[in-house]
Amino acid sequence: MEILEVRGVGLTYQTMEGETQALTDLDFTVEEGEFVAIVGPSGCGKTTILSITAGLLAPTEGEVFVGGKKVTGPGTDVGYMLQRDQLFEWRTIEKNVLLGLEIQHKVTPEAVEYANGLIDKYGLKDFKKHFPRQLSGGMRQRAALIRTLAFRPKILLLDEPFSALDFQTRLNVCDDVHAIIKSEHLTALLVTHDISEAVSMADKIIVLTPRPATVKNIYAPDIDRPTPLKRRESPKFSAWFDTIWKEVSI
Amino acid sequence: MKTAHERFLRKQRLDKVRILSIQLAVLVGFIGLWELLADTGAIDSFITSSPSRIIKMFGQLVSQDIFKHMGITLLECIAGFIISTVLGSVIAILLWWSDTFRRVAEPYIVVLNSLPKIALGPVIIVWVGAGYKAIIMMTVLICIIVTVISVLNGFMSCDDGKILLLKSMGASKLQILFRLILPYSIPNFISVLKINVGLAWVGTIMGEYLVSGAGLGYLIIYGGQVFKLDLVMTSTVILCVLAALMYVAVAIVEKQIRKRR
Repeated sequence: MEILEVRGVGLTYQTMEGETQALTDLDFTVEEGEFVAIVGPSGCGKTTILSITAGLLAPTEGEVFVGGKKVTGPGTDVGYMLQRDQLFEWRTIEKNVLLGLEIQHKVTPEAVEYANGLIDKYGLKDFKKHFPRQLSGGMRQRAALIRTLAFRPKILLLDEPFSALDFQTRLNVCDDVHAIIKSEHLTALLVTHDISEAVSMADKIIVLTPRPATVKNIYAPDIDRPTPLKRRESPKFSAWFDTIWKEVSI
Repeated sequence: MKTAHERFLRKQRLDKVRILSIQLAVLVGFIGLWELLADTGAIDSFITSSPSRIIKMFGQLVSQDIFKHMGITLLECIAGFIISTVLGSVIAILLWWSDTFRRVAEPYIVVLNSLPKIALGPVIIVWVGAGYKAIIMMTVLICIIVTVISVLNGFMSCDDGKILLLKSMGASKLQILFRLILPYSIPNFISVLKINVGLAWVGTIMGEYLVSGAGLGYLIIYGGQVFKLDLVMTSTVILCVLAALMYVAVAIVEKQIRKRR
């Protein structure tokens, strides 16, 4: 079943200098349980696609469906993870995780229990009453992910969520996030400029053209390894990396 | 044998004591020198007063109505401080809420901020009369523009990413205000309070210079006019102590808030 359908989406910005066409005739789908990555030349409007999917930005052409429903504005169906964890410094980890539920007026005992279950399950049990500044970068990112999962969105939107981390942490957090997404059977759409990240994590990779961006090609890397770190070790990894890299650069 | 950490802690403590003793020495030295120069006639204590004359004057004032003057000034200052802080914060929230309001108000705020508020003295007197109301209003006028500007700057410095996050969760503007903007701005708000304590005193004393029949500002002006420098100096010293106490009160509030976060 398709969780996300992007149909003929185009976006034109109006500025004082004139019109800028960011996206044109964009078409793709994300199936339930799929991990899809979007890569493309820098500045081609990757993040814009996420903003449109989240309902924060209205496309000038075409339409987007999440779970069969047309996106008309921000709602409760998508979980957006940004470049930095954006944890609220004045809230404990537990309170941070409950933020989405509070905003959506869904703080029920059942929902709180689910959220706490996620915290326990993913190793933050002893840090519930801690504040974000007391956690490492990797743990903060994990807390941010759990915050997104707590209100059970239909699809996760990841906007270069690892770019603010140092390389070592990044590889581990990548593994971490990937494991959580897979074990919770979530659907995810990742935007990244890091091709190795896309190849190591995604089931499907969408390559965009330079601006105005449209789908250039879609690949499904057949690297049969369970985790991003293991996939990086596979001999097929560098072949796929080359393929995608050439596709993005040309 | 002491561990390195114990030695470090000891050194830190000693350092604190050292600074505190120097601070005390400076104060004692200053007062002592002042007294010595006045006693030996090196400076004219009729013009400069002296610590002993200040103490004597304070004793006289206590038997008169100094506490009434202190109370009046303190009340005017606190009233002005509270009114301007609350009103200024409310205006800042409205400016944050409405882009149109903010953009329309911007040039007016800039002009009002650069205007020397004392110039409005006569207008205030005509409007609200020459009493405590005029003094409180002067205090409010001096504090409020700075409050609005500083509080609003605090609001606007909030990370766009956090706002985007809340929006993507479907948050309303009211939710963004209460869940994010206000709690985020508390440290900034505390520093605004600290600035306002100082400004409120400026406003109150300026107001009392303009119009007043009582209060520390009145005593200072009166003492200057009749050349009773002892009265001027004593009132100034009392003013120093009151202002310091109020600053300490804000600092205690700050500590309480920080503890809870």
